[in-house]
Amino acid sequence: MMDTNSPDTATATLLSVQNLTMRFGGLTAIDDLSLDVPAGSITGIIGPNGAGKTTLFNCLTGFYKPTTGSLRLDHPTHGEMRLEALPSHRVARDAQVVRTFQNIRLFPKMTVLENLIVAQHNVLQRASRFSIAGLFSLPGYRQAEKEAIERAATWLQRLRLEHLADHAAGELPYGIQRRIEIARALCVDPVLLCLDEPAAGLNPRESAELNALLLYLCRELGIAILLIEHDMSVVMNVSDHIGVISYGRKIAEGTPEQVKNDPQVIKAYLGEDDEDAENSGNAVTEGAAA
Amino acid sequence: MSTVVFARHAMTPAERLRDAGWVAFVGLILGIPLVGLTTVDVGGRLAVGTRFGLLAAAVATVFAGRLLLHWALDQARNRKLARARASTATAADRAHGAQKAVMLLGWVALGASVALPIFYSDNRYVVDTATTVLIYVMLGWGLNVVVGLAGLLDLGYVAFYAVGAYSYALLSTQLGWSFWEALPVSGALAAGFGILLGYPILRLRGDYLAIVTLGFGEIIRVILVNWTEFSGGPNGISSIPRPSFFGLEFARSAPEGGQTFAGFFGLDFSPMHRLIFLYYLILVLALLTHAFVSRLRKLPVGRAWEALREDEIACRAMGMNTTNIKLSAFAIGAMLGGFAGVFFAARQGFISPESFTFTESAIILAIVVLGGMGSQMGVVLAATLLVLIPEFGRNFAEYRMLLFGAAMVLIMVWKPGGLLSHREPTVRLNPLGKPAAAKEAA
Repeated sequence: MMDTNSPDTATATLLSVQNLTMRFGGLTAIDDLSLDVPAGSITGIIGPNGAGKTTLFNCLTGFYKPTTGSLRLDHPTHGEMRLEALPSHRVARDAQVVRTFQNIRLFPKMTVLENLIVAQHNVLQRASRFSIAGLFSLPGYRQAEKEAIERAATWLQRLRLEHLADHAAGELPYGIQRRIEIARALCVDPVLLCLDEPAAGLNPRESAELNALLLYLCRELGIAILLIEHDMSVVMNVSDHIGVISYGRKIAEGTPEQVKNDPQVIKAYLGEDDEDAENSGNAVTEGAAA
Repeated sequence: MSTVVFARHAMTPAERLRDAGWVAFVGLILGIPLVGLTTVDVGGRLAVGTRFGLLAAAVATVFAGRLLLHWALDQARNRKLARARASTATAADRAHGAQKAVMLLGWVALGASVALPIFYSDNRYVVDTATTVLIYVMLGWGLNVVVGLAGLLDLGYVAFYAVGAYSYALLSTQLGWSFWEALPVSGALAAGFGILLGYPILRLRGDYLAIVTLGFGEIIRVILVNWTEFSGGPNGISSIPRPSFFGLEFARSAPEGGQTFAGFFGLDFSPMHRLIFLYYLILVLALLTHAFVSRLRKLPVGRAWEALREDEIACRAMGMNTTNIKLSAFAIGAMLGGFAGVFFAARQGFISPESFTFTESAIILAIVVLGGMGSQMGVVLAATLLVLIPEFGRNFAEYRMLLFGAAMVLIMVWKPGGLLSHREPTVRLNPLGKPAAAKEAA
């Protein structure tokens, strides 16, 4: 089910963003950005509000067509794919790059289980053979539906949501909706999972659970994760690699330690002078949390 | 309007009086032209007369009625609150109860509709009205796919009804096709028109979508009115053949080499035979539609429709091709409308563009919305109400449509989500009826 990348391939590049520029009229949201996302690891993207992080995700997942630049994905089975040329549904279906949203986008009136089954639409639709096999409930379709339910149940169990399976997704608490959105994205069988502020609105205990989940997905299942996050307790603890964006440009890149102490980063977050580098480690944490 | 409120909180008596006063004032303003002024015949000429006594009575009735309405609503709310406090039922139990009630309602409705012609076998009016109800039920189920499930507001649904009706009318009168031959072809044609409409509006949503579909409905009607050589223009198409019962005609005398229904079964000829046959025909068509749509709802395509209604962007992020999903909803909704149109043409024997005006679209849409978007049983209830209210209203002559409108307003105030707004999930991890076991497992 999952494409498990063995640890020794962890250094290979899964996604390579090259000279990406996105303009909206006169506004340049992303300016000549280049970034590599290694396979089998967690890459954090941080930056002040309005830096272009979500725009990057929108370009990556086909919701925006980049003005210039390329997005190359080294897909484990399909080989090299150019994401900028694919419409959004094919990015998720064929390239298996799946995202979540900053403002949760579940199907609120449908149950949690239905949300997870809708995410497996393409597999099921194929099995239902233009709905004909489905209409007559032929064995092939019944089997596919059973597997889809089992798969959804597995993810629900892993994310400790199975007791909520039959509740309407929109009626559940915020933190749980965030988990459901991740579970739903996982049902699409992602090669690269793009999470847009998954810790927003979570309390410290939920954030800690999120950390554990992200590490499990990456280390045990080999899913590469691209993570936009403001909560430094999450980003700094789980990321193998962090890219910092400000005003659409990449201003720093490196391990959490390197980024934490980078004067450029501190300046972008706090607008302070470089002399104050002494308490920089804390400054980033506090500045971002504020 | 802030003074007239459907208050959820308890109102003080002073607020009550003020509220009723405002409503009475609105009644007065509306009442002056409606009730207060009247035309009288003075020696062959029309003159304006006044009926201020009647107007005062009407306004007083409105005032008292408003107070009474609030009193009744209070009573109902108190009882509901008391019930809610008393009951310890969980959400799952309530869902189970709601589902059971809807199922029961469905079986009762089915039993009643099967038995109806047996009890009213010589009442032409009842059978005719019931047939009309069933046509609207079928149209409602068709539109439910587009509006209720896929969430695409379609104000021109009657266009597909017209395509179906005219397809059958032309195929049968021009090419001599029988009802059963024309039925699938007309349905396919309507589906084709559904896709035709679907393409240009893929990128539109909400209000814009509604306007374009409205335009499409009008285009079809205007073409039918003006393309006289093709559709007979405003004169329509007449003497459309009626469906036969496996080749047996419903006629007093047999056609050449054929047999009549009455003759074959050794019955005395009665014009009611055909009406009852048509009634059962639309009943079967409607039930097939119901089975088809209910099944589709539980298939990937149906879930995709509902997901599309909930959040189109999330659908795309899950790798779903929203173009295909929208087109399939339009095509299937249009096909069902087309089937209903074929039946309509065969039942009436005569069709003209007048049967396919915007009002029809509006009524079908009202059936779906009043019934509760996406609810199959809700459509049945709403269609029955919307057909029967104007029928009962015939006694009230010119106030008929006023009554109709008032009923619609009342339903929406009383049940903003529609008559049946409960949504039954397409699949459950822990089936209902054994929640205890499910809880232990969890």
